[in-house]
Amino acid sequence: MELTGAEIAIRCLQEEGVEYVFGYPGGAVLFIYDALFNQDKVKHILVRHEQAAVHAADGYARSTDKVGVALVTSGPGATNAVTGIATAYMDSIPLVIISGQVPTGAIGEDAFQEVDTVGITRPCVKHNFLVKDVKELAATIKKAFHLAKTGRPGPVLVDIPKDISNQKAEFTYPSAIDIRSYHPPLHGDMDQLKRAAKLLLEARRPMIYAGGGVVLSGASAQLTDLARLLGFPVTNTLMGLGSYPASDQQFVGMLGMHGTYEANLAMQNCDVLLAVGARFDDRVIGNVEHFGQVPRKIIHIDIDPSSIAKRVKVDVPIVGDVAHVLGDLLAILHSSKQQPDQQAKAAWWKQIDEWRGRNCLLYKNSDEVIKPQYVIETLHRITGGEAFVTSDVGQHQMWAAQYYKFNQPRRWINSGGLGTMGFGLPAAMGVQLAHPDATVACVTGEGSIQMNIQELSTCKQFRLPVKIVALNNRYLGMVRQWQEFFHGNRHSESYMDALPDFVKLAEAYGHIGMRIEKPSDVEPALKEAFARKNDLVFLDFKTDQTENVFPMVPGGKGLSEVILAEDL
Amino acid sequence: MRHIISLLMENEAGALSRVAGLFSARGYNIESLTVAPTEDPTMSRMTVVTSGSDEVIEQINKQLNKLVEVVAVMDMNEGDHLERELMLVKVRAVGEAREEMKRMADIFRGRIIDVTEKSYTIELTGTGSKLDSFLQAIDNSLIMETVRTGACGIGRGDRILKL
Repeated sequence: MELTGAEIAIRCLQEEGVEYVFGYPGGAVLFIYDALFNQDKVKHILVRHEQAAVHAADGYARSTDKVGVALVTSGPGATNAVTGIATAYMDSIPLVIISGQVPTGAIGEDAFQEVDTVGITRPCVKHNFLVKDVKELAATIKKAFHLAKTGRPGPVLVDIPKDISNQKAEFTYPSAIDIRSYHPPLHGDMDQLKRAAKLLLEARRPMIYAGGGVVLSGASAQLTDLARLLGFPVTNTLMGLGSYPASDQQFVGMLGMHGTYEANLAMQNCDVLLAVGARFDDRVIGNVEHFGQVPRKIIHIDIDPSSIAKRVKVDVPIVGDVAHVLGDLLAILHSSKQQPDQQAKAAWWKQIDEWRGRNCLLYKNSDEVIKPQYVIETLHRITGGEAFVTSDVGQHQMWAAQYYKFNQPRRWINSGGLGTMGFGLPAAMGVQLAHPDATVACVTGEGSIQMNIQELSTCKQFRLPVKIVALNNRYLGMVRQWQEFFHGNRHSESYMDALPDFVKLAEAYGHIGMRIEKPSDVEPALKEAFARKNDLVFLDFKTDQTENVFPMVPGGKGLSEVILAEDL
Repeated sequence: MRHIISLLMENEAGALSRVAGLFSARGYNIESLTVAPTEDPTMSRMTVVTSGSDEVIEQINKQLNKLVEVVAVMDMNEGDHLERELMLVKVRAVGEAREEMKRMADIFRGRIIDVTEKSYTIELTGTGSKLDSFLQAIDNSLIMETVRTGACGIGRGDRILKL
């Protein structure tokens, strides 16, 4: 049967089992919106800004293992989506973004709402397509989903000119697709795996460093089995939190710029490092030269060869899907008669426990002023550690990462790579839609929340009972912290004057707002808010204005050059 | 170090800009870049001449391989290879210089492909350094214009880049 391009696009989404499309209509996508109107399988979530559409699709994808889908119009629709696309790209999140384009005949003529969307998004997508023939539309969308979710996942954009969406073609959805230039490997090289197993078994000061790749690959079980089998310490990157249970004794906390003392020192001083689905980025190992001062053997497992040996030299590179590779590695270790040297391991753990004894996340609570760390700790307690927590970017993000102990993957949803303020609330919408009965908290600050505050309206329309936990210190806290440390304490433009009354603002959008100013009110307020299963509650916590995030490895410094709260 | 990297890629609009964009976005050098369709019209072959440390060259190869439209990548410098570039040079050719220019073209096995009363256009092929040598060998003030294709490379013998 012949269908229009618009109908084909929607049929493709149905065939892919897409539940939700996050989008915003406009001229170039009117035929597609018309096709959406005539069906009820794919539900459309009308956001209030295209950036939020992509973040919501992103939150949906991160909290499930499905591809998130966004639909935007040409020109400003597409440019507004770019921040969302770049956010997903940096964190390897599978998305398909469908954008409208001006009619093929008008392309290049500076038509109304025309931009070169494929050109603008090229550096921040895994791949993108401009569809020039309606007969190729279905296969292109199939390719887009295939590319988005296989290999190293990422956003894929399909740009559809308006005339293409109105032309007709026979519809058949390909059941499988082969792209001759694209065959990401699943299993790692067996010889390398054997070398890796040997190194691990001979290690005296071993360390497992696991990142977002473990979450994306669904390899938490394999990682946990491996760590327990060997009895080695495990650290997670910001993106990897939840891939190994935070409550486990072998977990030494997050590493990196605001990682724990024990994680960073163990990372620095280990003799064999197993890096799994992580990429040694600047916020994780700081200064590469400093990191290289301690000799160690590095085994690096990653689906993307270009992540391996990019910043640090690697002894055993293993390219493959983390779950498959860890599964194979486990099999080799199980069949080996050798055991890690128990004495060496005990001595190493003794050292780590000594570092742990510094209790680097200890903070001084107060009866006078609300400490942000206390809010997160209480949030963790009230939600039983079971909530989905999205965050924005800044100090609140780091405190959430440090103090909300994630025991499961896909519960911690934040913009790690791009560091996008404004991510938290729209991401929480996507999470809440994917998990309608789950508790979803958006930890944010008064700066970040205002970057996509309009989405309170979307939450109202679709009855999304997200709990917004705003740590309001009347500063762009992380900027202020850096200004204090590195810019002579000059608070250049980091103070947020003329803040809105968030309680009234929440109410104006039809939600519930609560202002919390006393430490003793933190717990009752959180309890009350989270008891309201069907309401969005905006909790505006007036927190300590001067609190900083510790530990801190200053930019450009090495992992052992850490500043602890007690040092100041 | 200078490297010649050959790529097979889908002959599609945008593939070239993905490669060019990759080099500029990641700060890699491009000395020259040449591309044309192969005997299989669905595929283009590109030769990029670049330079960098071993680590940078390794990253370039990996990043190129990561592009969805890139079918195959070969670093020519990893084995025996041939390199050729075409140059057209228009030179002033009057009086004594006219005979001298003809002689120089012959020495470098160039061909004069266009003649006017005042000028020759000389076609030369060879490695980039041979073409450089020719330009150094002739009187610089006589050069009216030059155009070069950039290098293309091919492996020797059994070294083949094909799908």
